[in-house]
Amino acid sequence: MSTAAFWALAVLAVASGIMVFRFDSMARATFSLLTALLCVGGELIVLGLDYLGVVTVLMMTIEMAIMAVFMIMFMMNPAGLMPMTMLHNRRGAALICAGSFTSLVVGILLVPWPRRVGRAPADPTMDLGMSLMGPQMLTMMTLGMALFATIVATVVLATRRGRYDRYGDDLRAARPDDPVRGGVGR
Amino acid sequence: MAEPAPPWAALVLPLALALVATALATADARSTGPGREVLRLLVQQRRITRAADVPLVRLATTLLPVAAVLAAAVLPLGFRPVSDLPDGIVWFNAMEALAWAAVWLAGWGPNSTLSLIGGYRFLAQGLAYELPHMLAITTAALGAQSLRVGAVADAQAGLWFAVWMPAAFGIYLLSALAMAFWGPFDQPVGRDTAGGAAAELSGVDRLVFLGGRRLLLVVAAAFSVPLFLGGGHGPLLPGWAWTLIKTAAVLGLLLWVRRRVPTVRTERYMELSWVVLTPLAVAQALVVAVVVLKK
Amino acid sequence: MNLELFLITAAALFCVGLYGALTQQSIVMLMMGLELMLGGVILAAGAAWHHIAPAAADGQVLIVVAITAMAVEMAIGFAVVTALFRSREVDTTDMAAELRE
Repeated sequence: MSTAAFWALAVLAVASGIMVFRFDSMARATFSLLTALLCVGGELIVLGLDYLGVVTVLMMTIEMAIMAVFMIMFMMNPAGLMPMTMLHNRRGAALICAGSFTSLVVGILLVPWPRRVGRAPADPTMDLGMSLMGPQMLTMMTLGMALFATIVATVVLATRRGRYDRYGDDLRAARPDDPVRGGVGR
Repeated sequence: MAEPAPPWAALVLPLALALVATALATADARSTGPGREVLRLLVQQRRITRAADVPLVRLATTLLPVAAVLAAAVLPLGFRPVSDLPDGIVWFNAMEALAWAAVWLAGWGPNSTLSLIGGYRFLAQGLAYELPHMLAITTAALGAQSLRVGAVADAQAGLWFAVWMPAAFGIYLLSALAMAFWGPFDQPVGRDTAGGAAAELSGVDRLVFLGGRRLLLVVAAAFSVPLFLGGGHGPLLPGWAWTLIKTAAVLGLLLWVRRRVPTVRTERYMELSWVVLTPLAVAQALVVAVVVLKK
Repeated sequence: MNLELFLITAAALFCVGLYGALTQQSIVMLMMGLELMLGGVILAAGAAWHHIAPAAADGQVLIVVAITAMAVEMAIGFAVVTALFRSREVDTTDMAAELRE
């Protein structure tokens, strides 16, 4: 059962991963990438990591849905109705990728992997939580800081309007001058 | 207390959901129900727009009901879900997020401006409701100290979570409406865009898409029962009867809201959601965390 | 279904993603390649957890880190594209390099 699931998910993941760069339509490319990443989530569930697998599915679905918006926004030919190629350095890239894939596979097959130590805990989710809130606390805090820095940096990079645009040159305007009026009291 | 249902329950589940959705549609229409409309859509010829991406449209329309039924797999009827996954709450959230992909694709596929506007509106609405929604269901899991839906229901044998987590419950009901883009949150399929994401769907596609939306609404409403309303716990009656009664009550409330409240524009709800509801949900989670730690 | 098979699948995903990231001109497509590469990393971390040290949670923590990296990469990436496009109407890597002055 799990062997069949592994093979089905693995083949589907790699196939849809390849299709990402072959589809002309951006919507198809994005959702082909989503399929590949959902298969990765499925593989995690096959490995016994239910929680992380489902979280991967949840996060990738939302991420790809948002990605689709940016794809359409920034591509010249989002629907792929006019065939055109937007590629560079194909031969070099193919060489690099074939080389790295070969060396990775050779490495994977040659390395004497250590034997399995210990048994999986009854509840890996609990194990992960205790670890993140205990010995791995520093990792968790770093991730939290990184995410917070990302929020700030993203807003700074993406927005053009600052507070002087919203509240006037002397910052005295009673209500901000926004292009889209919001929902709280305005 | 949760025991797995027999395997045939997986086959009965979609039918049962469809039955509830039909009952809801009947109550909604105050007439003989959706039967005639369903028959009309079944025999209607499918209309295809120029340069439409037909496979994506088909994928999107089927994904919506499939996501709803998959999310319902962790719903307990009484105390017996089809599958009591150890991470049931996250599973529900992940399946419900598939609706994002489904609605956007349904908007994109037909190569039509109005339907694409509907798809984009649903993404904006999704961004608005998802943050407080996740915090609200996390609060329920926090109160029960488990991600298993059965354990969350069992933790409410005494006091319902809705009583001591009112903010989380209210936010959950709002996001249940928003995730099914129904009632005051129907802007993604609003009349001002001639039906939005569903504008170009016709025939069976339209039936499956709009039916899937009803299923999603029913599942979202029914999920509030084990999360906040004590699941199958209640005096006298057996668990399954209490589950049905509570689900019907929640659906009735949502129907009443739909009749009373006009459509909310997406960008207005966005600001309300991020500026008011998200901090409120965080504060609620903090209160619950303190209570749980103090116990 | 041993460790090697999982790792080879992960390596395949990684290399497909790498090919995409190296060949695509559009910055957004390049980011899709990066996402695919990180998907391979997630799979490899899960396989290592299951087959080498399931008793320790380190493999799971690595997956959490990889998922966070994906989120950060996408958010910052789109913010940079938005800023680039706003200032120079540029949406491909070649144009971003050529127009430097």
